[in-house]
Amino acid sequence: MTGRAWLRRLWPLAPVLGALVITSGLLLLFGVSPFEGFGALLQGAFGTEAKVLSVAAFWVPLTLAAAGLVVAFTAGLWNIGVEGQIVMGAVASSWLALRFDAPRPILLVAEILVAMAAGALWAGVVAIFKTRGGVHEIFGGLALNNIAIIFTNYLISGPWQPPEGGTFRGTVPFPEKALFPLLGVSRLSPLSIALTLGALAAVYFILRGTYWGLKLDALGRNPKSAFLLGVSSEREMILAMMFCGALAGLGGSVRVLSWFDSLRQSISGGIGFLALLVVMLALFRVVLVPFVAFFFSAVLSGSISLQLRTQLHSSLGGILTSVMVLLVLLFGDYRQLGIFGSRGGKALADE
Amino acid sequence: MNEVEWVRVLSSIVLQATPLMIAVCGETITERAGIVNLSLDGTMLLSAMIGFIAGLLTGSVWLGFLAAALIGGLFASILAFSTIRLRKDQFAVGFVLTLLGEELSAFLGQNYTRIPGESVRHWGIPILKDIPVIGPIFFDHDPVVYFAFVLVGLTWWWIFRTKPGLKLRSAGDRPETGFARGVNIQRLRYLYTIVGGALVGIAGAAYSLDIKLGWSEGHTRGLGWIALAIVIFGGWSPIRGALGALLFGASKALATVLQRRFPEVSVVAFNALPWVLMITVLTLVGSDVSERLILFAPRRFQSRLRHILRVRPPAALGKPFSPSSSGES
Repeated sequence: MTGRAWLRRLWPLAPVLGALVITSGLLLLFGVSPFEGFGALLQGAFGTEAKVLSVAAFWVPLTLAAAGLVVAFTAGLWNIGVEGQIVMGAVASSWLALRFDAPRPILLVAEILVAMAAGALWAGVVAIFKTRGGVHEIFGGLALNNIAIIFTNYLISGPWQPPEGGTFRGTVPFPEKALFPLLGVSRLSPLSIALTLGALAAVYFILRGTYWGLKLDALGRNPKSAFLLGVSSEREMILAMMFCGALAGLGGSVRVLSWFDSLRQSISGGIGFLALLVVMLALFRVVLVPFVAFFFSAVLSGSISLQLRTQLHSSLGGILTSVMVLLVLLFGDYRQLGIFGSRGGKALADE
Repeated sequence: MNEVEWVRVLSSIVLQATPLMIAVCGETITERAGIVNLSLDGTMLLSAMIGFIAGLLTGSVWLGFLAAALIGGLFASILAFSTIRLRKDQFAVGFVLTLLGEELSAFLGQNYTRIPGESVRHWGIPILKDIPVIGPIFFDHDPVVYFAFVLVGLTWWWIFRTKPGLKLRSAGDRPETGFARGVNIQRLRYLYTIVGGALVGIAGAAYSLDIKLGWSEGHTRGLGWIALAIVIFGGWSPIRGALGALLFGASKALATVLQRRFPEVSVVAFNALPWVLMITVLTLVGSDVSERLILFAPRRFQSRLRHILRVRPPAALGKPFSPSSSGES
């Protein structure tokens, strides 16, 4: 292999390196040595078994939302509203957990289904505003995100307020049988791992092996010609959004029933936006989603420990991941840069 | 409410709308050139933080505004480079920049939260501020407010009444035509994206140095998205956009008044108002619903109503342009 070919092989590592350099610079700016900083970050993510389990527990809803987003992106839709769909899923599960009584298996299944329905519904509203109201899904989604968060705050401070009153923090903890069975003392549930793997497989199968997946792909590549070929763009768009919303809602359910044990004020806390970044870094391919999501989950869990250790704001982890995504978006395609020969450059010009 | 209270409410609406007016002007220029800068929310947060710290360290608000404009322009130039030169998805890059701006503002500003800093001094315009009613509403503020109003007028004049403005519109509407007539489309898009970003930066600093003094994490969160929606509502015209910003300010003032009047309704219901308004207004200007409403009106008012209610984006908004391919075809 020539040196140039090696460079091409290693090129995907360049954004990682770039992001590490930039965040190291920020650490130095605040007087923390990068070795110490990243050491604390690694320690925080993988230092103990409990920490690894916590990373995995955070990974679950992130992966669920990201898997759904792959479907929405395939149909050419920017589902920024995924954050609100997670929140509404959480709200729906909480409603059952607080108000209904049934044997545990039935209750859990009902909680999961109602969360998926709520997420799908919330996404469907965005889709209908897009197809019927001419409102771009970014704006519809953002508005519904905020409305969902405000609605949660209303529930917590109003009808679902704990009896002892006035905390603006969350509802009372749900009864034990309404919660997912947990692994030891962690916040990870085998049930949610199984659901996530199932969701990943479903998305992979839909996009690779079904006619619906083919239609979504056509829609995403060229809505006009897909329409001419007889793909009902409105119907498929709404369905793709609702599918994504259902998985996001499931993620919300996992948040309230295993990460927390009650409905909290910032129940999602930006997981939806992170999931959008995950999908971009995974180059919109579902097979890469679980790995990228795990990386994000580790960095973000680690940066919370970093804050405890060095007093530096935990947003450093967010900076690391978003710089990486930005660099991949910008320079991920080495052919475009024209530094490794002109063959690729020509291929790009032909696009 | 008596007259004095009304005047006070209206005056505060004008003040609150100021940064949004500046941001809307900036984004309108950018989108008129055919580029969507989705990063407004992050850019505003970052520039609000930088502007506040620069003002604090130099002791001059104007240097604060300058620093904010530079960082806004810098962020916009990343977007411009990646969408014009590298032809990347504008939404994707803009969205990542939004998140990056927010994270950076939280990290870099962590030691400067909730401390007093510089602020723009009040300066009523002599004579004008003594006009009854209008004076206190419009002319008894500070220079940033006057700048916003002048900017709106100037931007409108530049876009719709000058030759460079015609070229600007050609870049966003029909870049091939402009190119054929010798306009350097790519250079114009760079220029107006960066100028627009600088204005958004100034808007961010207008919050931290004037309207919502100081810095705290997430200081202006959400307002960038509101500004983006107002650009659409404003039909890509600075004057209509400014009206949109004032209407938004009015709706917030109205919420405060209503809240006082109906204390039994939960506070959170009123917090949802801006977002409900956003989605309603965008549906109204963008969909067939408004067209159907227009058809109910008497015929001679229809075209005027359509002009008011419907908006049309620049035809090439968000579409990359490459001189070579369009030259050949």
